[in-house]
Formats: sequence, structure tokens, C-alpha cells
Amino acid sequence: MNATPIMMSDRQLEWELPSRGHVAMFALIAAEAAIFAIFIVAYLFYLGKSLTGPLPKDVLAVPIFYTICLLSSSVTIHLAGHALGQGKIGGFRTWWFATIVLGALFLYGTAQEWHRLIYHEGLTISTNLFGTTYYSLVGLHGFHVIVGLICLSAVMAFTLFGDIEQQHTYRIDVLSLYWHFVDVVWIVVFTVVYIIGR
Amino acid sequence: MSTESIALPRPREASRPLVDSLHDWVTTVDHKRLGVLYILFALFFLVVGGIEATIMRIQLIRPQNDFVSPQVFNRMFTMHGTTMIFFVAMPVMFGFANYLVPLMIGARDMAFPRLNAFSFWLSALGGILLYFSLVGANGLYGAGNAPDVGWFAYAPLTSQTFSRGHSTDFWTLAVLVSGFGSIGTAINILTTILCMRCPGMKLGKMPLFAWLNLVMAALVLIAIGPLTAAQIMLSLDRYLGAHFFDTQAGGSAVIWMHFFWIFGHPEVYILVIPAFAFVSEIIPVFSRKAMFGYPIMVAATVAIGFLSTAVWAHHMFTVGLSSNANTFFVLSTMAIGVPTGIKIFNWLATMWGGKIHFQTPMLFCIAFLFQFLIAGLTGIMLSAAPFDWQLGNSYFVVAHFHYVIVGGILFALFGAFYYWFPKMTGKMYSEPLGKLHFWFFVLGFHLTFDFMHIPGLLGMPRRIYTYELGRGWDTWNLIVTIGVFFQALSILIFIGNLLWHCFRGEAAGSDPWDAWTLEWTTSSPPPAYNFAATPTVRSRRPLWDLKHPDDPDWKYE
Repeated sequence: MNATPIMMSDRQLEWELPSRGHVAMFALIAAEAAIFAIFIVAYLFYLGKSLTGPLPKDVLAVPIFYTICLLSSSVTIHLAGHALGQGKIGGFRTWWFATIVLGALFLYGTAQEWHRLIYHEGLTISTNLFGTTYYSLVGLHGFHVIVGLICLSAVMAFTLFGDIEQQHTYRIDVLSLYWHFVDVVWIVVFTVVYIIGR
Repeated sequence: MSTESIALPRPREASRPLVDSLHDWVTTVDHKRLGVLYILFALFFLVVGGIEATIMRIQLIRPQNDFVSPQVFNRMFTMHGTTMIFFVAMPVMFGFANYLVPLMIGARDMAFPRLNAFSFWLSALGGILLYFSLVGANGLYGAGNAPDVGWFAYAPLTSQTFSRGHSTDFWTLAVLVSGFGSIGTAINILTTILCMRCPGMKLGKMPLFAWLNLVMAALVLIAIGPLTAAQIMLSLDRYLGAHFFDTQAGGSAVIWMHFFWIFGHPEVYILVIPAFAFVSEIIPVFSRKAMFGYPIMVAATVAIGFLSTAVWAHHMFTVGLSSNANTFFVLSTMAIGVPTGIKIFNWLATMWGGKIHFQTPMLFCIAFLFQFLIAGLTGIMLSAAPFDWQLGNSYFVVAHFHYVIVGGILFALFGAFYYWFPKMTGKMYSEPLGKLHFWFFVLGFHLTFDFMHIPGLLGMPRRIYTYELGRGWDTWNLIVTIGVFFQALSILIFIGNLLWHCFRGEAAGSDPWDAWTLEWTTSSPPPAYNFAATPTVRSRRPLWDLKHPDDPDWKYE
């Protein structure tokens, strides 16, 4: 038997595999989507089943401005990645910073809404089923925005130290996937909470 | 053989201080070491869970026994179920996948070695949390109690009202944390299989082991999410006064059942698909034939994966679903028998006309075939809703799913232990002791779980801590408990055999079974870098091609 283990010398194979980062991020997104799906099912299942008020139609206002902020951050992060791919570090820095600002604005909007609901409308997670499902679903999404913002800020810090270069486009791409996912989830949550549920 | 070329002189391990080598194990990111850690962790909890089962069986050995109190009995069945599913079955399957997948696809390591270590230690933390409840569940007075709400923890038993103290919280946290570990490992396995294959190993040329673990990893990704979500909801209910499962505030106890079983039924397939993977590797090698119907095996596995996500409510027939829901779940459950049946026939067709070697791994796989078939048949019986209304929550159900988990999964697992033990340790186990283990375990298994069906048919409910004389259950329970002692004895033989030969066994060589997949091309145990040169493959049995250059597989595939 020959000494080298299995090798094929006669012809060089064309061998390309999918990228690890993308596959792993899509797998993570699948797992996260399953978690969100259950919270969304719970929200829909308990619609109109609260025994006491306040009810969604009385207290919820549609957060159009902050929704536009979050959704447009998907555009800016894409532009940032595009700029980096072309080696324009300055453009990348600007768009990346814009993404962080838009994400932070969205969080501020959520914080304001929660403050109003808790202090002025008297709705907490233990008030009724609406409070239970609303705070848990929106809170779970908000938690993902926070995690995303921490990751984005870490990249921002690297950028300011001049450590991000064109060769990192792939990693930035993978991180952007997560951010796009957070935005897509918001479209679903928005539809369920503010359109169907109101 | 090819190993001489890569058997580099090893540094003398014995001369290093014990602390150093322990430190290496704790900080390792090597897929083989993490695989072994997973397996040892699972074996430890197998013994713990087995002791809990033995305590329950001793309590039930005769009517009105008072070996343990009802409270302790509740804790025993809760801990037994939770331990066996989350801290034995899942880690051991992840351990084998971790160890073998990179070797089988010719990779250097998993796709994300550090994520791998992180996931393992999360699972370990989960196991420690569960058992820490024994100390800390009443606060830190050193006098805790274990969770006692059953392994599926139905609401409203888990609410603050009915479950005081923190035992249920420890259960929730343990399951939640180990779930995060499972998701991490699943991402890793999936990415490794898709992105780390050696040149030439197209998806259709992968060993079935890799294919089946790919499906398993995908199922973990889909199934663990609902469990995680449900545990978060339960924690919110218990700590922040949310009302998800609080019927007093309009919440629903039934929706917990839905959420739990949306996880719970795919979970069965998460455990059994790796068992199928073991059998699909062992049977061909010991029948000296290539696997029969490889593409159909893959298709059947994927079909099982899809179907398994649409059968969960067959755990809930006795709740009283609508007749439409009943019909749907009866049919989907029965449908899953079709791809499973295809698999059984494929394994039989692989053995048919083969030159069968009856060594220990093969014996376990043959027993697996018989027992898994019977387990599937009682599953078909229970899938009929009217039958389930009669026997739901009886010992018939307990016997059915133990037939799946012990008779199917555990038997395949023992086969895998014996088959890959020479690869993992470089030593050979004792064949006579392996056979002794097999026969004792077959005897104990059948005494316990065959006869357990009968008190179920006679109306004995599960989870009762004792029963009256004169119900006709006592003799059956006596036989069932006697079987447990045979099983315990055979487990001792198993552990003794492997432990002893781990240190004192004869050298096994790199390829003791004359097998065909890539892990047998490297030395036993494999070096840290796995393969000195990246292998290239042209067929599903690269080692066959190497051994038979005149008649290689790739000419026919």
C-alpha cells in the first residue's frame, strides 16, 4: 500500500466550498428565527384574551419614525460594506457610524415608548396578557438590537484605531447579515404588534 | 498500512505533571478531546440517571413499598428524564459527532474550535446547575431539593403557587443553558460538514454518518429554539409575574404543552438520527458490503427530519384536541413510519448476502434492528388517537419510549462505543467481555421493557410512586425490576471493559476492522492534526479504493 494516505495526484480537483462565516450566520439566524416564531405565536394566540386593560388599541401608537430609522440602517450598513469592498475606508467609517446612530435612535424610541406605557398607562409585564406578550416580544427584539449595537460599536472602535481594511470585507459582510436579520424581524414584529394586533 | 508515514514520535506524556495535562484538557479546543469530554460527561450522567431509575424500580418492586417517599419519587423521575435526555443522550451524540465528523470528512478540526469548547462548557454548566439544585434550591441553606415537576414540566405545576423555592428555576436554567450549548454545537457541526470537506468529497460522497449528523444539526437548530423560548417565558412567569401559563389571568396551560412538544418530538429524532448514523457505518463494515441504497437513505433521513416537525401533538391526544387536529397528527405520525421503514429495509438489504462478522459492535446493531422495529410498531399503535386515549400516560407509553431510547438509541450507541473505541484510544477492548455485556444487556433490557408493556395494558399509570395489592400488576413489576439489575450489571461490565483496556489493552492499529471511511487512515488515536496531508477522495469508500486499486468504487458510483 502506498505511503501517503489518500491523495489524488493525477488531476487537480476544482474544489470550492461555501464560506464558513455565512453558513454559520445563516444557521444562527435559523435558530433565532425559531425562538422569535414562538414568541410571535404566543403574541397572536393571546390577542384579545387579556382579562383587564389596558388594551393595544388604547395605548399603542405606531412608531413610524423609529421604524424608518431601523429599516434605513439596513441600507446604510449595506453601503458601508460596499464602500469597504472598494477600499474606501472613509466612506465605510461614515456609513458604519450612521448605522450605529440609526440603531441607537430606534432603541431610544423603544425606551420612550416603554417609559410612557409604564408610567403613564400603567402597563407592565404583569398587568395583563397584552403586557406579558408585548414586553417579551418587543423586549426580545430590543435585546437583539442591543447585541447588534455592541458588535457594531466594536467594529467602530477598530475602525477608529485604523485596524479595518479592505481584506476584512468578508467579516463585515457576515456581521451585516445579523443586522439585516434584526431588521427583518422588526418588520414581522411591527406587523404583528402594531398592525394586526391593534 | 499508511500510518507508518505519519506516526511521529510522541512526547512522553507520562513525565508531565498531572496538573499540566488536566489544564490541557480544560483549555482544549481540539475536536477529539472535546468529543471525549462530551462522552465522559455523558457517561458520568448515564450512571447518575441509571441510579435514579434503579431507585424508582426498587420502590415499585412490590405493592405499597416504602423505599422512598412520594416526594423523592417525584424528584427521581424528573431528574432521571431530564438527565438522560439533556445530559446523557444529547452530549454523547454531540461527542461522537465532534470526534468523528472532521475525521470522516478529512478536515483538520471543526469549523469553529473555540465555539466548540464554549458549547461543551455551557452544556457542562447546565448539568452542574441541575444537580446544584440538591444543595441550593431552597436558597443557600445547604438543604435544597431537586426539581419535581416531571421532565416536561407541565403548567401550572411549575407556577410559583405550586412550585415553591427554586428547584424549578434550576431546572429551567439548566435546560436553557444546555440548549444554548446545543445550538452552538449544531451550528458548528452543520458548518463543518458544509464547509470543511476535503477535496473530492461532494455531498453525495460523504459517509452516511456525516449526512445524518447534518440532518441532526439542522433539526437541533429548528427544535431547540421553541424550548429556549418556552423556558424564557416560564422564567418571566416565575420571576416577573408574567402570565404566559397562568390560567388565572387568561393564560393557557395547554400552550406550554404545545411549545414543549414542538421541541420534544423533533428531539426524539435528534437523538435517533445519530443512532441511525452509527448503524449505517457499522452494518456495512461487518457485512463486508457497501451500504445498500445510499441516496434513499439520505432522502429518508431528510424526510424524517421534515416530518418530525409536524407530529408533536401526538403527545397531547389525551388533552382533547379538535377532531381535525387529531386526524392531522395521527396521519403525520403514521407517515413517519414510511421513511423509517425504508431505513430498516436498507440495513437488512445491506446485510443480505453479506459475509456477516458477529463481533460486539455488529451484535448491538442487529439487536437495534429488532428492537427499534418493535419500538416503531408500538409507536404506530400509540399514534392512533383512540388507542392513545386508552393508554396515554400509562406504563405502555413508558415501555414504548424506553424501547426507542434504550432498545434503539442506547444499543446503537453501545455498538458505536465498541466500534470506535480502538480509534479513540488506540487499544482493543476484550471481545468476550463485550459479548458478555451484550447478552446481559439484552436479557436485562427485555426483562424490563417487554414486561413493562403489560402493567400498562392493565391500566397502571406512569409516575405513581406505589400501587395496591390485587391489581394484577405486582408480578410484572417484580420482573421489570429484576431486569434492571441485569442492565446495571452489564453496564458495570461495559465500563470495566473499556476502562481496563484503555490502559492495559493491546494496541489496535489504525484500521482494526478493515473499514472504509477516512478516520481509519490515520493512526489510533489520531494525532492533533488528524491527517499529515489533506486527503482527496473519489468515492464514498475512499479506503476501499486505496486497498483495491484494481477495483475502486468510483468506477461504479
